[in-house]
Amino acid sequence: MILAVASGKGGTGKTTVATNLAKVCAAAGKPTQYLDCDVEEPNGHIFLKPQIDRREEVTVEVPQVDAAKCIGCGRCGQICQYSAIVCIGEKVLTFEQLCHSCGGCWLVCPAEAIERKPLRIGEIETGWAGPLGFVSGRLEIGHVRTPSLIRSVKRHIQSDRLAIVDVPPGTSCPVVAAIKGVDFVLLVTEPTPFGLNDLKLAIALVREMKLPFAVAINRDGIGDDRTQAYCETEGVEIVVRIPDDRRIAQVYSAGQMIVDALPEYTERFGDLATRLGAL
Amino acid sequence: MKEIVVISGKGGTGKTSLVAAFASLAQNAVLADCDVDAADLHLILKPDVRETHDFSGGKLARIGADKCIGCGECERVCRFEAVLLNGPGNELVTRTCTIDPVACEGCGVCVQFCPVDAIDFEDAINGRWFVSETRFGPMVHARLGAAEENSGKLVSLIRKQARRIAGEGVGANDDSPLLLVDGSPGIGCPVIASITGADLVLVVTEPTLSGRHDLDRVAQLTAHFDIPTAVCVNKWDINPDVTGAIEAGARDKGLVFAGRIDYDPAVTNAQVAEKTIIEYARNRTAAQVVSVWSVITDFLKTTK
Repeated sequence: MILAVASGKGGTGKTTVATNLAKVCAAAGKPTQYLDCDVEEPNGHIFLKPQIDRREEVTVEVPQVDAAKCIGCGRCGQICQYSAIVCIGEKVLTFEQLCHSCGGCWLVCPAEAIERKPLRIGEIETGWAGPLGFVSGRLEIGHVRTPSLIRSVKRHIQSDRLAIVDVPPGTSCPVVAAIKGVDFVLLVTEPTPFGLNDLKLAIALVREMKLPFAVAINRDGIGDDRTQAYCETEGVEIVVRIPDDRRIAQVYSAGQMIVDALPEYTERFGDLATRLGAL
Repeated sequence: MKEIVVISGKGGTGKTSLVAAFASLAQNAVLADCDVDAADLHLILKPDVRETHDFSGGKLARIGADKCIGCGECERVCRFEAVLLNGPGNELVTRTCTIDPVACEGCGVCVQFCPVDAIDFEDAINGRWFVSETRFGPMVHARLGAAEENSGKLVSLIRKQARRIAGEGVGANDDSPLLLVDGSPGIGCPVIASITGADLVLVVTEPTLSGRHDLDRVAQLTAHFDIPTAVCVNKWDINPDVTGAIEAGARDKGLVFAGRIDYDPAVTNAQVAEKTIIEYARNRTAAQVVSVWSVITDFLKTTK
Protein backbone atom coordinates (compact mmCIF):
# COMPACT_ATOMS: atom_id res chain seq x y z
CA MET A 1 0.00 0.00 0.00
CA ILE A 2 1.22 3.49 -0.87
CA LEU A 3 -0.15 6.15 1.44
CA ALA A 4 0.49 9.83 0.65
CA VAL A 5 0.35 12.49 3.38
CA ALA A 6 -0.41 15.84 1.76
CA SER A 7 -1.88 19.28 2.45
CA GLY A 8 -2.66 22.32 0.38
CA LYS A 9 -1.37 24.73 3.00
CA GLY A 10 2.19 24.40 4.23
CA GLY A 11 3.03 23.93 7.88
CA THR A 12 -0.15 22.08 8.85
CA GLY A 13 1.72 19.07 10.23
CA LYS A 14 2.21 16.83 7.19
CA THR A 15 5.69 15.71 8.17
CA THR A 16 4.62 15.25 11.80
CA VAL A 17 1.80 12.93 10.76
CA ALA A 18 3.85 11.10 8.13
CA THR A 19 6.88 10.42 10.33
CA ASN A 20 4.91 9.42 13.44
CA LEU A 21 2.62 7.19 11.40
CA ALA A 22 5.59 5.52 9.69
CA LYS A 23 7.36 4.95 12.97
CA VAL A 24 4.28 3.45 14.63
CA CYS A 25 3.69 1.09 11.69
CA ALA A 26 7.32 -0.05 11.59
CA ALA A 27 7.37 -0.54 15.35
CA ALA A 28 4.26 -2.73 15.06
CA GLY A 29 6.23 -5.10 12.85
CA LYS A 30 4.83 -3.96 9.51
CA PRO A 31 7.57 -3.63 6.86
CA THR A 32 7.39 0.11 6.18
CA GLN A 33 9.29 2.79 4.34
CA TYR A 34 9.08 6.56 4.63
CA LEU A 35 9.76 8.60 1.48
CA ASP A 36 10.34 12.34 1.77
CA CYS A 37 9.04 13.83 -1.49
CA ASP A 38 9.06 17.40 -0.13
CA VAL A 39 12.37 17.68 -1.98
CA GLU A 40 12.59 21.48 -1.88
CA GLU A 41 12.48 21.51 1.90
CA PRO A 42 12.87 17.93 3.17
CA ASN A 43 12.50 17.67 6.95
CA GLY A 44 11.75 14.01 7.65
CA HIS A 45 15.40 13.28 8.52
CA ILE A 46 15.28 15.83 11.35
CA PHE A 47 12.71 13.69 13.18
CA LEU A 48 13.58 10.13 12.08
CA LYS A 49 17.36 10.64 12.42
CA PRO A 50 18.10 7.82 9.97
CA GLN A 51 21.40 6.11 9.40
CA ILE A 52 22.16 6.93 5.73
CA ASP A 53 23.69 4.01 3.81
CA ARG A 54 23.68 5.43 0.34
CA ARG A 55 23.60 8.72 -1.55
CA GLU A 56 22.85 8.82 -5.24
CA GLU A 57 23.01 11.71 -7.63
CA VAL A 58 19.88 12.46 -9.65
CA THR A 59 20.35 13.87 -13.12
CA VAL A 60 18.09 14.77 -16.02
CA GLU A 61 19.03 14.87 -19.68
CA VAL A 62 19.55 18.25 -21.33
CA PRO A 63 20.78 19.03 -24.84
CA GLN A 64 24.36 19.76 -25.79
CA VAL A 65 24.85 21.08 -29.32
CA ASP A 66 27.89 20.11 -31.35
CA ALA A 67 28.50 23.29 -33.35
CA ALA A 68 30.69 21.39 -35.83
CA LYS A 69 27.79 19.14 -36.83
CA CYS A 70 24.99 21.76 -36.61
CA ILE A 71 23.60 22.76 -40.00
CA GLY A 72 21.71 25.76 -38.61
CA CYS A 73 18.27 24.52 -39.73
CA GLY A 74 16.53 25.93 -36.64
CA ARG A 75 14.25 22.92 -36.09
CA CYS A 76 15.35 22.40 -32.47
CA GLY A 77 14.39 25.96 -31.59
CA GLN A 78 11.02 25.56 -33.31
CA ILE A 79 9.97 22.42 -31.43
CA CYS A 80 11.11 23.63 -27.98
CA GLN A 81 8.10 24.99 -26.08
CA TYR A 82 10.17 26.18 -23.12
CA SER A 83 12.71 28.49 -24.80
CA ALA A 84 15.40 26.13 -23.52
CA ILE A 85 17.01 25.94 -26.95
CA VAL A 86 17.01 29.04 -29.11
CA CYS A 87 18.40 29.56 -32.60
CA ILE A 88 19.72 33.00 -33.48
CA GLY A 89 20.78 32.96 -37.10
CA GLU A 90 22.97 29.88 -37.34
CA LYS A 91 23.92 29.94 -33.69
CA VAL A 92 22.16 27.68 -31.17
CA LEU A 93 21.95 28.65 -27.50
CA THR A 94 20.76 26.34 -24.70
CA PHE A 95 19.26 27.32 -21.34
CA GLU A 96 19.47 24.22 -19.17
CA GLN A 97 17.35 25.62 -16.36
CA LEU A 98 14.35 25.95 -18.67
CA CYS A 99 14.64 22.46 -20.18
CA HIS A 100 11.95 19.85 -19.41
CA SER A 101 13.97 17.00 -21.01
CA CYS A 102 11.16 16.27 -23.48
CA GLY A 103 13.70 15.12 -26.05
CA GLY A 104 12.12 17.11 -28.87
CA CYS A 105 15.33 18.83 -29.97
CA TRP A 106 17.48 15.75 -30.31
CA LEU A 107 14.65 13.82 -31.95
CA VAL A 108 14.07 16.44 -34.66
CA CYS A 109 17.71 17.31 -35.32
CA PRO A 110 18.45 15.99 -38.85
CA ALA A 111 22.23 16.28 -38.41
CA GLU A 112 22.60 14.34 -35.14
CA ALA A 113 24.24 17.46 -33.76
CA ILE A 114 22.50 17.33 -30.36
CA GLU A 115 23.80 15.04 -27.66
CA ARG A 116 22.15 14.35 -24.32
CA LYS A 117 24.11 15.57 -21.35
CA PRO A 118 23.32 14.83 -17.69
CA LEU A 119 22.37 17.80 -15.49
CA ARG A 120 22.49 17.27 -11.73
CA ILE A 121 19.21 18.36 -10.09
CA GLY A 122 19.62 16.85 -6.65
CA GLU A 123 20.33 13.74 -4.67
CA ILE A 124 18.54 10.92 -2.91
CA GLU A 125 19.57 9.52 0.46
CA THR A 126 18.50 6.05 1.54
CA GLY A 127 18.94 4.32 4.86
CA TRP A 128 17.19 3.09 7.97
CA ALA A 129 15.60 4.56 11.05
CA GLY A 130 15.52 1.36 13.12
CA PRO A 131 13.20 -1.04 11.28
CA LEU A 132 11.83 1.80 9.12
CA GLY A 133 13.19 2.22 5.60
CA PHE A 134 14.08 5.82 4.81
CA VAL A 135 14.30 7.58 1.42
CA SER A 136 14.67 11.34 0.97
CA GLY A 137 15.17 13.60 -2.04
CA ARG A 138 16.96 16.94 -1.86
CA LEU A 139 16.71 19.45 -4.70
CA GLU A 140 19.86 21.32 -5.67
CA ILE A 141 19.66 25.04 -4.80
CA GLY A 142 18.63 27.14 -7.80
CA HIS A 143 17.14 24.20 -9.70
CA VAL A 144 13.49 23.84 -10.66
CA ARG A 145 13.06 20.19 -11.68
CA THR A 146 11.09 19.33 -8.54
CA PRO A 147 8.66 16.87 -10.24
CA SER A 148 11.52 14.94 -11.91
CA LEU A 149 13.30 14.50 -8.60
CA ILE A 150 10.07 13.42 -6.89
CA ARG A 151 9.53 10.76 -9.56
CA SER A 152 13.06 9.50 -8.88
CA VAL A 153 12.37 9.29 -5.14
CA LYS A 154 9.22 7.27 -5.81
CA ARG A 155 11.16 4.73 -7.86
CA HIS A 156 12.52 3.57 -4.50
CA ILE A 157 9.08 2.38 -3.40
CA GLN A 158 9.21 -1.36 -2.62
CA SER A 159 5.97 -3.16 -3.42
CA ASP A 160 6.29 -5.53 -0.45
CA ARG A 161 6.36 -2.67 2.05
CA LEU A 162 3.91 -0.11 3.28
CA ALA A 163 5.12 3.15 1.70
CA ILE A 164 4.35 6.46 3.40
CA VAL A 165 4.98 9.40 1.08
CA ASP A 166 5.54 12.89 2.54
CA VAL A 167 4.18 15.25 -0.15
CA PRO A 168 5.21 18.90 -0.76
CA PRO A 169 2.61 21.61 0.00
CA GLY A 170 0.49 23.24 -2.69
CA THR A 171 -1.67 21.85 -5.49
CA SER A 172 0.47 22.11 -8.61
CA CYS A 173 2.87 19.86 -10.53
CA PRO A 174 5.13 18.75 -7.62
CA VAL A 175 2.08 17.54 -5.70
CA VAL A 176 0.74 15.77 -8.80
CA ALA A 177 4.08 13.99 -9.22
CA ALA A 178 4.08 12.93 -5.56
CA ILE A 179 0.53 11.56 -5.37
CA LYS A 180 0.20 10.03 -8.83
CA GLY A 181 -0.34 6.29 -8.51
CA VAL A 182 -0.75 6.19 -4.71
CA ASP A 183 -3.51 4.14 -3.11
CA PHE A 184 -4.73 6.73 -0.63
CA VAL A 185 -4.17 10.39 0.25
CA LEU A 186 -4.39 11.71 3.80
CA LEU A 187 -4.91 15.49 3.71
CA VAL A 188 -3.63 17.22 6.83
CA THR A 189 -5.21 20.57 7.63
CA GLU A 190 -5.71 22.97 10.50
CA PRO A 191 -9.14 24.40 11.34
CA THR A 192 -8.43 27.98 10.29
CA PRO A 193 -9.72 30.00 7.31
CA PHE A 194 -6.36 29.58 5.50
CA GLY A 195 -6.30 25.87 6.28
CA LEU A 196 -9.85 25.40 5.01
CA ASN A 197 -9.30 27.40 1.82
CA ASP A 198 -6.24 25.34 0.94
CA LEU A 199 -7.95 22.08 1.98
CA LYS A 200 -10.70 22.81 -0.56
CA LEU A 201 -8.05 23.26 -3.26
CA ALA A 202 -6.34 20.02 -2.24
CA ILE A 203 -9.66 18.14 -2.28
CA ALA A 204 -10.34 19.49 -5.80
CA LEU A 205 -6.94 18.12 -6.84
CA VAL A 206 -7.35 14.61 -5.40
CA ARG A 207 -10.86 14.42 -6.82
CA GLU A 208 -9.55 15.45 -10.24
CA MET A 209 -6.98 12.66 -9.96
CA LYS A 210 -9.70 10.25 -8.77
CA LEU A 211 -7.79 9.24 -5.64
CA PRO A 212 -9.48 8.10 -2.42
CA PHE A 213 -8.74 10.44 0.49
CA ALA A 214 -9.59 11.46 4.04
CA VAL A 215 -8.77 14.43 6.28
CA ALA A 216 -6.63 14.76 9.40
CA ILE A 217 -7.23 17.85 11.54
CA ASN A 218 -4.16 19.11 13.35
CA ARG A 219 -4.16 21.80 16.06
CA ASP A 220 -7.80 20.92 16.73
CA GLY A 221 -9.32 23.65 18.90
CA ILE A 222 -7.84 26.71 17.22
CA GLY A 223 -9.68 28.76 14.61
CA ASP A 224 -13.32 27.93 14.06
CA ASP A 225 -15.65 25.03 13.18
CA ARG A 226 -16.01 25.75 9.46
CA THR A 227 -13.60 22.96 8.47
CA GLN A 228 -15.68 20.42 10.36
CA ALA A 229 -18.88 21.77 8.77
CA TYR A 230 -17.33 21.68 5.30
CA CYS A 231 -16.22 18.06 5.69
CA GLU A 232 -19.70 17.07 6.89
CA THR A 233 -21.39 18.80 3.95
CA GLU A 234 -18.98 17.27 1.44
CA GLY A 235 -19.14 13.80 3.00
CA VAL A 236 -15.41 13.84 3.67
CA GLU A 237 -14.23 11.60 6.51
CA ILE A 238 -12.10 13.09 9.30
CA VAL A 239 -9.92 10.17 10.41
CA VAL A 240 -7.89 11.77 13.17
CA ARG A 241 -7.74 14.91 15.27
CA ILE A 242 -4.59 16.07 16.96
CA PRO A 243 -5.32 18.72 19.59
CA ASP A 244 -3.69 22.13 19.79
CA ASP A 245 -1.15 21.27 22.45
CA ARG A 246 1.76 23.61 23.10
CA ARG A 247 3.85 20.62 24.17
CA ILE A 248 3.54 19.18 20.65
CA ALA A 249 4.82 22.46 19.20
CA GLN A 250 7.76 22.38 21.59
CA VAL A 251 8.57 18.72 20.90
CA TYR A 252 8.40 19.46 17.18
CA SER A 253 10.61 22.53 17.53
CA ALA A 254 13.36 20.39 19.04
CA GLY A 255 13.15 17.81 16.26
CA GLN A 256 11.59 15.10 18.43
CA MET A 257 8.88 12.63 17.50
CA ILE A 258 5.52 12.96 19.25
CA VAL A 259 5.32 9.19 19.79
CA ASP A 260 8.67 9.26 21.62
CA ALA A 261 8.31 12.43 23.69
CA LEU A 262 4.55 12.32 24.33
CA PRO A 263 3.70 8.59 24.41
CA GLU A 264 0.07 9.32 25.27
CA TYR A 265 -0.38 10.10 21.56
CA THR A 266 1.05 6.79 20.34
CA GLU A 267 -2.32 5.05 20.44
CA ARG A 268 -3.83 7.80 18.31
CA PHE A 269 -1.31 7.18 15.52
CA GLY A 270 -1.84 3.43 15.86
CA ASP A 271 -5.59 3.91 15.52
CA LEU A 272 -5.03 6.14 12.50
CA ALA A 273 -2.87 3.45 10.83
CA THR A 274 -5.57 0.85 11.48
CA ARG A 275 -8.32 3.10 10.14
CA LEU A 276 -6.36 3.74 6.96
CA GLY A 277 -5.80 0.00 6.48
CA ALA A 278 -2.06 0.46 6.88
CA LEU A 279 -1.86 -1.96 9.82
CA MET B 1 9.64 51.73 -6.92
CA LYS B 2 10.85 49.25 -4.32
CA GLU B 3 9.79 45.62 -4.12
CA ILE B 4 9.67 43.47 -0.98
CA VAL B 5 9.01 39.75 -1.35
CA VAL B 6 7.99 37.76 1.72
CA ILE B 7 8.83 34.04 1.64
CA SER B 8 9.37 31.35 4.23
CA GLY B 9 11.10 28.21 2.95
CA LYS B 10 8.97 26.13 5.29
CA GLY B 11 5.22 26.49 4.96
CA GLY B 12 2.90 27.65 7.73
CA THR B 13 5.26 30.05 9.46
CA GLY B 14 2.82 32.98 9.24
CA LYS B 15 4.01 34.57 6.01
CA THR B 16 0.58 35.54 4.69
CA SER B 17 -0.64 36.89 8.05
CA LEU B 18 2.44 39.10 8.14
CA VAL B 19 2.00 40.30 4.56
CA ALA B 20 -1.59 41.29 5.36
CA ALA B 21 -0.38 43.19 8.43
CA PHE B 22 2.32 44.94 6.38
CA ALA B 23 -0.33 45.90 3.82
CA SER B 24 -2.21 47.73 6.55
CA LEU B 25 0.98 49.53 7.63
CA ALA B 26 2.31 50.47 4.21
CA GLN B 27 1.36 53.69 2.53
CA ASN B 28 0.69 53.39 -1.19
CA ALA B 29 1.64 49.77 -1.60
CA VAL B 30 0.57 47.58 -4.48
CA LEU B 31 -0.03 44.03 -3.27
CA ALA B 32 0.71 40.85 -5.18
CA ASP B 33 -0.18 37.34 -4.05
CA CYS B 34 2.37 35.11 -5.76
CA ASP B 35 1.54 32.02 -3.68
CA VAL B 36 -0.55 30.99 -6.64
CA ASP B 37 -1.22 27.37 -5.80
CA ALA B 38 -2.42 27.99 -2.25
CA ALA B 39 -3.39 31.66 -2.26
CA ASP B 40 -4.79 32.92 1.05
CA LEU B 41 -4.10 36.65 1.20
CA HIS B 42 -7.51 37.42 -0.31
CA LEU B 43 -9.19 35.88 2.75
CA ILE B 44 -7.97 38.82 4.85
CA LEU B 45 -7.81 41.59 2.27
CA LYS B 46 -11.23 40.81 0.75
CA PRO B 47 -10.39 42.15 -2.70
CA ASP B 48 -13.06 43.73 -4.83
CA VAL B 49 -12.26 42.18 -8.23
CA ARG B 50 -12.14 44.75 -11.04
CA GLU B 51 -10.57 42.70 -13.83
CA THR B 52 -10.45 38.96 -14.51
CA HIS B 53 -8.15 37.38 -17.10
CA ASP B 54 -7.48 33.84 -18.24
CA PHE B 55 -3.95 32.60 -17.80
CA SER B 56 -2.35 30.30 -20.34
CA GLY B 57 1.16 29.16 -19.52
CA GLY B 58 1.56 26.81 -22.43
CA LYS B 59 -0.12 24.34 -24.72
CA LEU B 60 -1.69 20.92 -24.33
CA ALA B 61 -1.83 18.05 -26.79
CA ARG B 62 -5.18 16.44 -27.60
CA ILE B 63 -5.63 13.42 -29.86
CA GLY B 64 -8.53 13.41 -32.31
CA ALA B 65 -10.20 10.00 -31.88
CA ASP B 66 -11.49 10.16 -35.48
CA LYS B 67 -7.98 10.44 -36.97
CA CYS B 68 -5.87 8.30 -34.60
CA ILE B 69 -4.59 5.02 -36.08
CA GLY B 70 -3.46 3.67 -32.71
CA CYS B 71 0.13 3.24 -33.88
CA GLY B 72 1.63 4.25 -30.51
CA GLU B 73 4.27 6.56 -31.97
CA CYS B 74 3.10 9.30 -29.58
CA GLU B 75 3.55 6.96 -26.63
CA ARG B 76 7.05 6.07 -27.83
CA VAL B 77 8.24 9.70 -27.98
CA CYS B 78 6.45 10.99 -24.84
CA ARG B 79 8.80 11.31 -21.85
CA PHE B 80 6.01 12.19 -19.41
CA GLU B 81 3.98 8.96 -19.50
CA ALA B 82 1.06 11.08 -20.69
CA VAL B 83 -0.16 8.82 -23.52
CA LEU B 84 -2.74 6.14 -22.72
CA LEU B 85 -4.20 3.57 -25.11
CA ASN B 86 -7.71 3.90 -23.75
CA GLY B 87 -9.62 5.99 -26.31
CA PRO B 88 -12.70 4.93 -28.23
CA GLY B 89 -12.39 2.96 -31.44
CA ASN B 90 -12.98 4.36 -34.91
CA GLU B 91 -13.32 3.02 -38.47
CA LEU B 92 -9.67 1.94 -38.48
CA VAL B 93 -8.86 0.65 -35.02
CA THR B 94 -10.64 -0.67 -31.94
CA ARG B 95 -8.65 1.50 -29.51
CA THR B 96 -7.20 4.96 -29.97
CA CYS B 97 -4.65 6.86 -27.92
CA THR B 98 -5.52 9.67 -25.52
CA ILE B 99 -3.45 12.20 -23.59
CA ASP B 100 -3.67 12.52 -19.82
CA PRO B 101 -3.92 16.32 -19.45
CA VAL B 102 -2.54 16.16 -15.89
CA ALA B 103 0.65 14.37 -17.01
CA CYS B 104 1.11 16.31 -20.28
CA GLU B 105 3.78 19.01 -20.03
CA GLY B 106 2.88 20.56 -23.38
CA CYS B 107 6.17 19.79 -25.11
CA GLY B 108 4.54 19.10 -28.49
CA VAL B 109 6.87 16.22 -29.39
CA CYS B 110 3.94 13.85 -30.03
CA VAL B 111 2.34 16.49 -32.27
CA GLN B 112 5.52 16.63 -34.34
CA PHE B 113 5.87 12.86 -34.70
CA CYS B 114 2.25 11.76 -35.22
CA PRO B 115 2.29 10.22 -38.73
CA VAL B 116 -1.34 11.17 -39.47
CA ASP B 117 -1.49 14.65 -37.87
CA ALA B 118 -4.13 13.48 -35.43
CA ILE B 119 -2.94 15.60 -32.51
CA ASP B 120 -4.15 19.14 -31.85
CA PHE B 121 -1.92 21.50 -29.90
CA GLU B 122 -3.76 24.41 -28.38
CA ASP B 123 -3.31 26.94 -25.60
CA ALA B 124 -4.22 25.46 -22.23
CA ILE B 125 -6.08 27.58 -19.69
CA ASN B 126 -4.10 26.97 -16.49
CA GLY B 127 -5.84 29.48 -14.27
CA ARG B 128 -7.11 33.03 -13.91
CA TRP B 129 -5.60 36.23 -12.60
CA PHE B 130 -7.27 39.28 -11.16
CA VAL B 131 -6.71 42.98 -10.60
CA SER B 132 -8.59 44.11 -7.51
CA GLU B 133 -9.03 46.92 -5.04
CA THR B 134 -8.61 46.32 -1.32
CA ARG B 135 -8.96 48.55 1.72
CA PHE B 136 -5.16 48.93 1.63
CA GLY B 137 -4.68 49.51 -2.09
CA PRO B 138 -4.60 47.66 -5.39
CA MET B 139 -3.92 43.93 -5.45
CA VAL B 140 -2.99 41.52 -8.21
CA HIS B 141 -3.70 37.87 -7.48
CA ALA B 142 -4.46 34.60 -9.21
CA ARG B 143 -5.94 31.19 -9.00
CA LEU B 144 -4.02 28.33 -10.58
CA GLY B 145 -6.28 25.43 -11.56
CA ALA B 146 -5.93 22.20 -9.59
CA ALA B 147 -3.10 19.97 -10.87
CA GLU B 148 -1.84 22.70 -13.19
CA GLU B 149 1.66 23.52 -14.35
CA ASN B 150 3.40 26.78 -15.04
CA SER B 151 3.06 28.33 -11.61
CA GLY B 152 6.39 30.10 -12.23
CA LYS B 153 5.05 31.74 -15.37
CA LEU B 154 1.92 32.85 -13.54
CA VAL B 155 4.04 34.31 -10.72
CA SER B 156 6.10 36.27 -13.26
CA LEU B 157 2.90 37.56 -14.84
CA ILE B 158 1.45 38.66 -11.47
CA ARG B 159 4.62 40.54 -10.56
CA LYS B 160 4.78 42.21 -13.95
CA GLN B 161 1.18 43.39 -13.69
CA ALA B 162 1.68 44.59 -10.11
CA ARG B 163 4.79 46.50 -11.21
CA ARG B 164 2.84 48.08 -14.04
CA ILE B 165 0.18 49.29 -11.60
CA ALA B 166 2.80 50.52 -9.14
CA GLY B 167 4.57 52.27 -12.02
CA GLU B 168 1.38 54.07 -12.96
CA GLY B 169 1.51 55.65 -9.51
CA VAL B 170 -0.93 54.60 -6.86
CA GLY B 171 -1.00 57.90 -5.11
CA ALA B 172 -0.17 60.90 -7.25
CA ASN B 173 1.52 62.45 -4.23
CA ASP B 174 3.89 59.60 -3.66
CA ASP B 175 6.76 59.19 -6.05
CA SER B 176 8.01 55.90 -4.61
CA PRO B 177 5.25 53.32 -4.49
CA LEU B 178 6.04 50.02 -2.83
CA LEU B 179 5.38 46.56 -4.18
CA LEU B 180 4.59 44.01 -1.48
CA VAL B 181 4.67 40.39 -2.64
CA ASP B 182 3.46 37.27 -0.83
CA GLY B 183 5.62 34.40 -2.12
CA SER B 184 5.22 30.64 -1.84
CA PRO B 185 6.92 28.02 0.34
CA GLY B 186 9.85 25.96 -0.93
CA ILE B 187 12.83 26.90 -3.08
CA GLY B 188 11.57 25.81 -6.51
CA CYS B 189 10.20 27.38 -9.63
CA PRO B 190 7.46 29.67 -8.20
CA VAL B 191 9.83 30.92 -5.47
CA ILE B 192 12.60 31.71 -7.94
CA ALA B 193 10.03 33.49 -10.14
CA SER B 194 8.90 35.51 -7.08
CA ILE B 195 12.28 36.75 -5.92
CA THR B 196 14.46 37.43 -8.95
CA GLY B 197 15.17 41.15 -9.20
CA ALA B 198 13.46 42.06 -5.90
CA ASP B 199 14.97 44.79 -3.70
CA LEU B 200 14.54 42.79 -0.52
CA VAL B 201 13.43 39.31 0.48
CA LEU B 202 12.03 38.87 3.98
CA VAL B 203 12.14 35.27 5.17
CA VAL B 204 9.58 34.51 7.87
CA THR B 205 10.72 31.50 9.84
CA GLU B 206 9.81 29.74 13.08
CA PRO B 207 12.07 28.52 15.90
CA THR B 208 11.98 24.84 15.02
CA LEU B 209 14.74 22.64 13.64
CA SER B 210 12.66 22.32 10.46
CA GLY B 211 12.24 26.08 10.21
CA ARG B 212 15.95 26.62 10.71
CA HIS B 213 16.89 23.94 8.15
CA ASP B 214 14.50 25.42 5.57
CA LEU B 215 15.72 28.96 6.28
CA ASP B 216 19.28 27.81 5.51
CA ARG B 217 18.19 26.48 2.13
CA VAL B 218 16.13 29.53 1.20
CA ALA B 219 18.99 31.83 2.29
CA GLN B 220 21.31 29.89 -0.03
CA LEU B 221 18.77 30.52 -2.78
CA THR B 222 18.62 34.30 -2.19
CA ALA B 223 22.45 34.37 -2.00
CA HIS B 224 22.58 32.46 -5.30
CA PHE B 225 20.49 35.22 -6.89
CA ASP B 226 22.30 37.94 -4.94
CA ILE B 227 19.19 39.44 -3.33
CA PRO B 228 19.39 41.37 -0.02
CA THR B 229 17.71 39.23 2.63
CA ALA B 230 16.15 39.87 6.02
CA VAL B 231 14.90 37.29 8.53
CA CYS B 232 12.27 37.43 11.25
CA VAL B 233 11.29 34.68 13.68
CA ASN B 234 7.57 34.20 14.19
CA LYS B 235 6.25 32.35 17.29
CA TRP B 236 9.75 32.89 18.72
CA ASP B 237 8.83 31.89 22.27
CA ILE B 238 8.01 28.26 21.31
CA ASN B 239 11.75 27.65 21.50
CA PRO B 240 13.91 30.60 22.64
CA ASP B 241 17.14 28.58 22.17
CA VAL B 242 16.45 27.86 18.51
CA THR B 243 15.37 31.50 18.05
CA GLY B 244 18.71 32.63 19.47
CA ALA B 245 20.57 30.27 17.13
CA ILE B 246 18.61 31.51 14.10
CA GLU B 247 19.27 35.14 15.01
CA ALA B 248 23.01 34.54 15.51
CA GLY B 249 23.21 32.48 12.30
CA ALA B 250 21.42 35.19 10.31
CA ARG B 251 23.80 37.89 11.56
CA ASP B 252 26.80 35.64 10.79
CA LYS B 253 25.62 35.28 7.22
CA GLY B 254 25.24 39.05 6.87
CA LEU B 255 21.45 38.91 6.73
CA VAL B 256 19.34 41.67 8.27
CA PHE B 257 17.70 40.42 11.47
CA ALA B 258 14.27 42.06 11.48
CA GLY B 259 12.92 40.88 14.82
CA ARG B 260 10.94 38.37 16.85
CA ILE B 261 7.18 37.96 17.01
CA ASP B 262 5.29 36.20 19.83
CA TYR B 263 3.33 32.96 19.50
CA ASP B 264 -0.06 34.60 20.00
CA PRO B 265 -3.53 33.05 19.51
CA ALA B 266 -4.70 36.57 18.54
CA VAL B 267 -3.05 36.00 15.13
CA THR B 268 -5.38 33.07 14.37
CA ASN B 269 -8.33 34.91 15.89
CA ALA B 270 -7.62 37.87 13.61
CA GLN B 271 -7.62 35.48 10.64
CA VAL B 272 -11.02 34.12 11.68
CA ALA B 273 -12.29 37.72 11.97
CA GLU B 274 -10.86 38.45 8.47
CA LYS B 275 -8.67 41.20 9.89
CA THR B 276 -4.96 41.84 10.10
CA ILE B 277 -3.33 41.58 13.51
CA ILE B 278 -2.81 45.35 13.37
CA GLU B 279 -6.54 45.96 12.95
CA TYR B 280 -7.56 43.22 15.36
CA ALA B 281 -5.36 43.67 18.40
CA ARG B 282 -3.46 46.66 19.69
CA ASN B 283 -1.23 44.37 21.68
CA ARG B 284 2.42 43.43 22.07
CA THR B 285 2.35 41.14 19.00
CA ALA B 286 1.01 43.96 16.82
CA ALA B 287 3.79 46.22 18.14
CA GLN B 288 6.39 43.57 17.24
CA VAL B 289 4.99 43.40 13.69
CA VAL B 290 5.21 47.19 13.42
CA SER B 291 8.81 46.98 14.56
CA VAL B 292 9.70 44.32 11.93
CA TRP B 293 8.06 46.50 9.27
CA SER B 294 10.06 49.55 10.30
CA VAL B 295 13.34 47.58 10.27
CA ILE B 296 12.79 46.36 6.72
CA THR B 297 11.49 49.67 5.37
CA ASP B 298 14.46 51.47 6.95
CA PHE B 299 16.77 48.94 5.34
CA LEU B 300 15.04 49.45 2.00
CA LYS B 301 15.91 53.15 2.12
CA THR B 302 19.58 52.16 2.07
CA THR B 303 19.20 50.07 -1.12
CA LYS B 304 19.43 51.62 -4.54
